[in-house]
Amino acid sequence: MRAAVVVFPGSNCDHDLFWVLNDIVGLNTAYVWHEDTKLVDFDLIVLPGGFSYGDYLRSGAIAARSPIMDAVRDAAEKGRAVIGICNGFQILTEAGLLPGALLPNINLRFISTWVYMRVENNSTVFTHKYRKGEIIRMPIAHAEGRYYVDNGALTELQRNGQIVFRYSDAEGNSVDYCNPNGSIDFIAGICNRAGNVLGLMPHPERCCERSLGGVDGLRVFTSLVQCLSS
Amino acid sequence: MAKKRFRDFGLSENEYTSLVAKLGREPTNVELAIIGALWSEHCSYKSSKIYLSSMPRTGERVVVSEGENAGAVELDDELVAIFKVESHNHPSYIEPYQGAATGVGGILRDIFTMGARPIALMDQLFFGESKAPKMSHLVSRVVKGIGDYGNRVGVPTVGGMVYVHRCYNFNILVNVFALGITSKRGIFSSKAKGLGNYLLYVGNSTGLDGVKGAIMASDRFSSENSRDDILPTVQIGDPFVEKLLIEATLEALSTGYVVALQDMGAAGLSSSSYEMAAKGDVGFVLDLDRVPLREENLTPEAIMLSETQERMLLVVMKDKVEEVKNIFNKWGVPSAVVGKITDDRMGKVLYKGSEIANIPVYLEPPVYKRAVEPYVPPQKPSLFPPKNGKEVEEIASTLVSTPEIANKEWIFSQYDYMVRTNTVIPPGSDAALLRIKKKDVSLAITSDVNPAYCFLDPFIGTLQAIAEAARNLASVGAEPLGVTNCLNFGNPEDPKVMWQFARAVDGISTGCKTLGIPVVSGNVSFYNQTDENSVYPTPTIVMVGIKKDGYTVPNFFRKGGEKIVAIGALRQEEFGGSLYQRYILNKEGGRPPTVDLKSEIKINDFVRFVIKKRLITSVHDISEGGLLLALLEMSFPQSVGFTVAVEIPAVSLFSESQGVFIVTCEDTNLDRLCYLADSLNVHCSVLGDTVDQDLWTVEYAEGVVSSRVSSFSKLWNEGFSRYFALE
Repeated sequence: MRAAVVVFPGSNCDHDLFWVLNDIVGLNTAYVWHEDTKLVDFDLIVLPGGFSYGDYLRSGAIAARSPIMDAVRDAAEKGRAVIGICNGFQILTEAGLLPGALLPNINLRFISTWVYMRVENNSTVFTHKYRKGEIIRMPIAHAEGRYYVDNGALTELQRNGQIVFRYSDAEGNSVDYCNPNGSIDFIAGICNRAGNVLGLMPHPERCCERSLGGVDGLRVFTSLVQCLSS
Repeated sequence: MAKKRFRDFGLSENEYTSLVAKLGREPTNVELAIIGALWSEHCSYKSSKIYLSSMPRTGERVVVSEGENAGAVELDDELVAIFKVESHNHPSYIEPYQGAATGVGGILRDIFTMGARPIALMDQLFFGESKAPKMSHLVSRVVKGIGDYGNRVGVPTVGGMVYVHRCYNFNILVNVFALGITSKRGIFSSKAKGLGNYLLYVGNSTGLDGVKGAIMASDRFSSENSRDDILPTVQIGDPFVEKLLIEATLEALSTGYVVALQDMGAAGLSSSSYEMAAKGDVGFVLDLDRVPLREENLTPEAIMLSETQERMLLVVMKDKVEEVKNIFNKWGVPSAVVGKITDDRMGKVLYKGSEIANIPVYLEPPVYKRAVEPYVPPQKPSLFPPKNGKEVEEIASTLVSTPEIANKEWIFSQYDYMVRTNTVIPPGSDAALLRIKKKDVSLAITSDVNPAYCFLDPFIGTLQAIAEAARNLASVGAEPLGVTNCLNFGNPEDPKVMWQFARAVDGISTGCKTLGIPVVSGNVSFYNQTDENSVYPTPTIVMVGIKKDGYTVPNFFRKGGEKIVAIGALRQEEFGGSLYQRYILNKEGGRPPTVDLKSEIKINDFVRFVIKKRLITSVHDISEGGLLLALLEMSFPQSVGFTVAVEIPAVSLFSESQGVFIVTCEDTNLDRLCYLADSLNVHCSVLGDTVDQDLWTVEYAEGVVSSRVSSFSKLWNEGFSRYFALE
């Protein structure tokens, strides 16, 4: 089982993901440079957080046109697991692998804090170790995380169970003050129709060890390990 | 012709005369520009040098403490931590966003040019009162500048401090600290070496931004300068390029083909070329026609003095230059060979085929022993003690809302403090704690200074900053490893300022020698003055510590039903420079709090010991605002109340006793804690209990005060943004 962490110029969570995948959950992990064009023999492809191309133009817009993205698209079509976290989520929407867009936070500031989320769909390869409706806590750190889609596409997402995580309070209620960036329908993470491509703004890789304040992110990776190895 | 221009480049008449004598001729215009920058206060430390040598620089763990861009201390047999704090005061007042951002960029380059990967940033910010012109704008733009730069380069900002005083109304201070780690063998130097080796320019193309920045930063502001005159001296940052530069440089250094390197910081190409050659005792030839330029028709002076950001100068082995260029190319960072190393100790600059400068790589800058004159601080004002519980409550509610005490979440929620997944204790605690992956040691970092104390007595005030920093490290269980400092002062030509400076340096030397902590790096920033208004002496201390096990306790109450104990003796009349004087009496005077370092050493050891033995459940030291504010700060995070009884008068609840920790413990551990303290001759007194109620109560000598935790917590949470009217 092999995992790839794609490195774009300006990626800055690439080392953090490598640490979790390689050293914590024990996947054979490699960095892949954005100018490469092939992703052979990888079961999991990770687009890490950061500021690819400095977020210039729009966050994720330039990285979405990198040479490696054709290979990512190809892997997604073949059903391989693809996860984009924070800037990785922005790249996936810009590349058209996930619907919608990520707009500047409603308060127009960078927000670095911990948030609660409700697990809405636990039938994906990324989430099957969570309970449906479980409340989990993860860090966020972004300036452009306000998820938006038009009404028609939102209805589709809802109907197909593509909303994987929603922001909530500690009891699981989606009330306005718990929506850190103003995302539509409290959306924190979504998957594609087939369920093998996940994008989310919170950082599961930052909460895999108790000493860092929580372990609620670890099951994203252990879910993947279990699914991909079976 | 050059003669008439020496003042434009910041030189005095005497300095110019001495330059002519050293050269044996009149300098050319370009030479004058170069020397003006190299001899500026900012680059040459000409007013401070004679004092700085008194600081203790050696220690068992010190690897580098002089002559390089930052200091290095060892963490274990393999790893070293490299760190430094630096000012970016003048630019941040002129243009707060770019000024603060480029401060972050500059200090990071000082770290990774030594071969270390930066893993932490911290900022010490000194703002004016909210009513000062554009202060709210300065606060929000400085914070955004730091956040945007630090976040984009992927280095976590793990803490810092904020202090507000009218003395910063026209001169805010922005100090930035960075720390990196590398292996002992991975430390790189800025000593140029090797005849025929190439000078490789890497990074942004040179433009007109920041020209003469070092010279601007070596002068005071005057109400006669318009902002438009000095705006072009401020640099413009591009964190995306910096991120690429970090990755490309670390990769290039790993090849072993790079001999030496330095950031093009203050005074840009002039300082990097001449300083590296001087340190390595070699010469160089630099061809300005090969320097990548962002605009046409730059004068050679402008090319030599530009402070365009995200540029560095590397000395590369002569037969390996293509390999090194390829690495920068892979990361999309431009590079160009601009010269080579010679052996004649002369720095030659070529432009359009002719030699426009040819001067020794080291021309000893002037050194000044400036006049000093002590002053008598203002008398201590009458205390007007609170007459009843209601008045105590009012004072407490005022102090809890001050920007010094209030929750700084408005600031640090704009900083990515978690990236790189090492942050064990995030901002908002007494010290930040970072684990080091695959190692059993953690790093603790804290920064401190109380400028009001330093104004009343610069020696005691600076000693207090050292003591407070050591105390904060103890509160996370860490042992001090080393100190870096940023000395922010007014005009050194003012004898009173120079006296403050001399006394503050003495405070650092005495404090660090007594505690056995080496000073491994530092920075001096003079001329923080507008017209006749000088900043208070502000010797920022950043202390780095090490911790062998990962066990820590929070700096807040966890739950009700625990005992609250004071470790160290409470003093009743420490009001000089206190928050009580500043915000309640609106006057400052008298002596700053007494600092007893010998006793603090013992107390710090004790606190580390009881953390390690798991005898205590939380710990926080008394600092600004005194005992009551320390208790309140501990009650907010988990909304835990407290009931405390002390035999001191009401006003002494706000006395800023030094060397006292408030700890909590389980009831069952109380006897053991007190017994241990007694046997080690550490003062220990039981204050009361934590309670599972929305209530705090303090019984003092002549009465009692009580209020809700939640209402005070609200004031604490909203205090910072309310004070500066931030959104």
